[in-house]
This record gives sequence, C-alpha cells and structure tokens, in this order.
Amino acid sequence: MGFRIQKLLSNMKVMSAFQRTLTYIVLIAALILIMFPLVWMVSASLKPNSQIFTYPPKWIPWPPLLSNYPSGLETLKFGVGLRNTLLITIPCVIGQVFSCSLVGYGLARFRFRGRDAIFVLVLATMMLPSQVTFIPTYIIFSRLGLVDTFWPFWLPAWAATSGFNIFLLRQFFQAISTEIEDAARIDGASEFDIYWRIILPLSKPALTAVALFAFVAYWNDFFGPLIYLPSESNKTLQLLLMRFRTTYTTDWGPMMAAQVVISLVPLLIFFFAQRQFIQGVVFTGIKE
Amino acid sequence: MFRKGSIKNRSSIQGWLYISPFIIGFLLFYAGPMIFAAYISLTEWPVLGKPEFVGLLNFENMLSDDLLWESLRLTIVYTLIVVPLNVIVGLFLAILLNQKIRALSFFRTLFYIPSVITGVAVSILWWTVFNTEYGLLNSLLQEIGIPAIPWLTHTKWVLPAFIIISLWQVGGGVIIYLAGLQGIPTELYDAASIDGAGSWSRFRRITLPMLSPVLLFTLVLGIIGTFQSFTNALIITNGGPSNASLFYVLYIYRNAWAFNRMGYAAAMSWLLFVVILVVTIIVFRLTSARVFYPGSTVKGGL
Repeated sequence: MGFRIQKLLSNMKVMSAFQRTLTYIVLIAALILIMFPLVWMVSASLKPNSQIFTYPPKWIPWPPLLSNYPSGLETLKFGVGLRNTLLITIPCVIGQVFSCSLVGYGLARFRFRGRDAIFVLVLATMMLPSQVTFIPTYIIFSRLGLVDTFWPFWLPAWAATSGFNIFLLRQFFQAISTEIEDAARIDGASEFDIYWRIILPLSKPALTAVALFAFVAYWNDFFGPLIYLPSESNKTLQLLLMRFRTTYTTDWGPMMAAQVVISLVPLLIFFFAQRQFIQGVVFTGIKE
Repeated sequence: MFRKGSIKNRSSIQGWLYISPFIIGFLLFYAGPMIFAAYISLTEWPVLGKPEFVGLLNFENMLSDDLLWESLRLTIVYTLIVVPLNVIVGLFLAILLNQKIRALSFFRTLFYIPSVITGVAVSILWWTVFNTEYGLLNSLLQEIGIPAIPWLTHTKWVLPAFIIISLWQVGGGVIIYLAGLQGIPTELYDAASIDGAGSWSRFRRITLPMLSPVLLFTLVLGIIGTFQSFTNALIITNGGPSNASLFYVLYIYRNAWAFNRMGYAAAMSWLLFVVILVVTIIVFRLTSARVFYPGSTVKGGL
C-alpha cells in the first residue's frame, strides 16, 4: 500500500510540471484575448484619428496624443454628465443598501406568517425579465410627469426592488450567530437598536458588496437613462457617449478617451474593493 | 414570564415593518405594473396619446408578425448557445486557476474586469474589432491565412460575432466557480486517486456533482439575463444586417418607442416572459435529477 501511494505521488509530481506549464500558457492566452480590447481602447485614446486603424496596429503610440482627453471630455459634456450620473447613482446606492438590508433582516430574523411566501416573491423578482414591467412603469411615470427627472431611478431604489441584494443580505444575516442579539435583548435593547447598532456593523462585508454592485450597476446603466432622460442636460455619462457618433463619422480618438475616463471610476472602485466584490459574487453564487 | 402571545404578535408586526419597503416596492414596481401591462397589451397605445381598447388584436397581430418569430427564434438560439458555452469556458478557466497557481488573484482580477466595464464605447469598440476591412480580428485571422470574414455585414456571421463578444465577460462565472471548486474537500479527490480514478473520472464523479447547485444557479440566471440582450445589438448593428441580429428585446424597444405601439410591445413582453418561464422550467426539470445538494445524504464520515 505504501509503495502504491509513493508511486502515485511521484506520478503526480511529474505530471504536475508539464501540466503547470500548459496551464499557464492557456491562462495567459485567455488573458491576452480578454484584455486586448481594453488595451486597444487605451491605445486608441492616445492616437490621432488617422492612425487608429492602421495595420499592423501600433500598440504603444508615441508620442501619445493627450489632447484626445480634454477634447473628448468636452464633447462628452463631462461636468454635466458626471453630475447627473452621481445624482442618480449615489442616492440609489444608499437607497438600495438601506432598504434591502431592512427587508433582508426582516426575512432573516423575524418569524411571521407569510414570511416564506414573501421570500419566494423576492426570488421570483430576481427571475422576472424587466421587459414585462418597464413599459407599464414608463407609462405610469410618463403620466405622472416624471419622465426627464431622476425620480424613476430614486423611487425603485428605496423600495427594495433588488431581489438579488435582498437575497444576499438575508443569507448573510442568517449566518450571524444570535448570541449577541440575545444578550442585547436581555439587556433591554429594542429590535431596531439591535439591527442598527449590532447587526449592521457586523455586516460590513455584505453591505459593502451590495453597495459596490449597486454602484457599478447604476454607473453603467444605459437602458434606464435611455428611456427616461431625453433632454441633453439630464443625460448620464453613458448616454452622452452617443454624442461621438454622428450620421457621418465617429470621432474615435476622443470617444475612446471618454470611455476610458468613464470606465476608470468603476475600475478603480473595483481595484480598491476587490475582496469585497469577489466575496459578494461568491456569496450569492455559493450559498444557495 | 413573557406571555407567548404578545411576543409572537410583536415579532409579527415588527417583521412586517421591516419587510414593508419590499411590499411597497413589489406592489408599485412589480405586481402593479404587471397587471397594468396585461391591460396595456389589450390596447393600442401611442406613448403620448390615449389608449384605445382593442382586445386581443395585438396578440393576433403577433401571430402573423414574421419578424417577431424570427427575432424570437434567433434570441432563443443565441441564448441556448451562449449560456452553456459561457458556463463551460468559465468552469474550464476556473479549474485551471484552481491548480494552486502563483498569480491566482492576479488572473482572477483581470478576468473579472470586463464585467465591471460596459458602455456604449465598448460596444462601438467591438464594432471596430469585428469590422471586415480593418478590424483587428480579421487582421489577426489573415496573419494565419484565413480570409477576411464579413462579421457584421453578413447574416450568417453576425450571431457568431455576438457569441464571441459574450465570452468577453466570462470572468464573472470564473469567480463563482473558483470559489465553488475551492469549497470541495480535497479528501474526496485523494480518496478517488488512491482508488485509481483518472482525472476525467474524478471530474465527472466529484467535481461536477459538488458544483451542480452553483452550475444550475449560473445557468438559470444566465438564461434569464441573456434572453434580455439589448445594448450591444442596438449599438453595434442596430439589429442588422437585414434583421439578423434583431434580438427580441431590441424589437420590443423599437415597437414601443420607434413605432409608438406600446400595446403591441407590452404583448410582446408577455410572450417573452412566458418563453423564459418555460425554458427555465425545462432546465430545472432536466437537471433536477443530477443536482446534488451536499448535506442531503446520509450523515457520517467518508
């Protein structure tokens, strides 16, 4: 038996070196394939339009045409766009975090008739294609005169409309041990106190993950602004990118520059909060 | 001590209070609109005008709208290819990454970046990559002797182009599968190796079953999401050439806002909902026998 195991282990080691190299090759190849559109985008953002489509592509433009950036941001109406995007994103993120954690907590810690039915409803909303609701919702907002305002974004955000986030938070809350809560309850703390002072601070990882996902989602949202924000002065950054494309030409260099700048925000947030992001993704995928 | 009745009641009311945002949200933004949508689909409704009740006319028109069925067909085909493909590729990459690679988090992060970056310009970027004359892809292919492929101008090639684009964001799945893989106890593999199981066998008998809940999860959510593909179709090809990339939601959007037929668009949305529901149920049925939930077997050590 010992000999068998030894032979097995030595086989595994030999395979391992070859396997390891092969693995690296495949991974690096996949990485190059996935990264090259982004690299091309940055590279194009630093070239004059005439040089962008030359072949073979010059990956590192020298000298880099930095003027694409100010020019791009100006066409983009960056100041206006940024203001609008933030005006939508920040209240909505706060709204989602706040309302979804309330609901998630209610589902995790209280027992009442119909609770499980509500949970099923939450899951069902995750599975519903948004197309079924966006036309009637649009008409309702239109009748209320709220098109071309930011209310169509704010209202749903504060009404816990993200089943995904509710689900994530509920799972997280459930996993917290109840000892601290019980102790606090005996000491006379109200339920809300417990929620606010104990559970929430303990749930920072999950809340951060929710906030990050929500931020990226709202920052990158295209369809919502497309239908609700017709006037230029209200458009978000994503929408304003359309300005680079006229019927005749596309202003490539500055457009790529603008996209690089717009993408930098979620990218930087992702870099600094990587672990929470990934934990969040993992949490919903794994804890069924 | 405490009267059981009062604690239960208090707990009950409080519970409902915490849930209330969702109740409001659900009624206002899900149930309400859905009921309203059912009504809208029975009308002829220009956006800024008055609705006109027309009964089942929209649904009748749908039956004879060839473009609608073509659009639905291509969306279904696209979804049924893209989702399993993404799962397989994602799983494959995750397995590679799981082999104790030194730069694991480096790869993982970079793979995930595309999921964080979307945008109109990224879509237009794809347009340039797939451009027939000077796109990067064709240039690369020509280097290895393959003639230029009319990706976005030929009806045969436009869907494959979109399928390739969909693989760009495979990183999201990679992260989930990686975490799932890391959760599989290595003793299982060791025991199997000692018993002489080869790697394929280990994959089929240990990895797949242990990952099956996660795989089902990403499969179902992937199907639901992919059916709703819209932005790339609008920006890259606007449904062309000759409607070969007229994804269903794009067609809904057009009917609602370009043709001003909200009623018809609402009816179309209901059809989409039913289709997604049916496909999801089929997927559940097909896989329920094979999904293994750990913890549901006999207790006791291995």
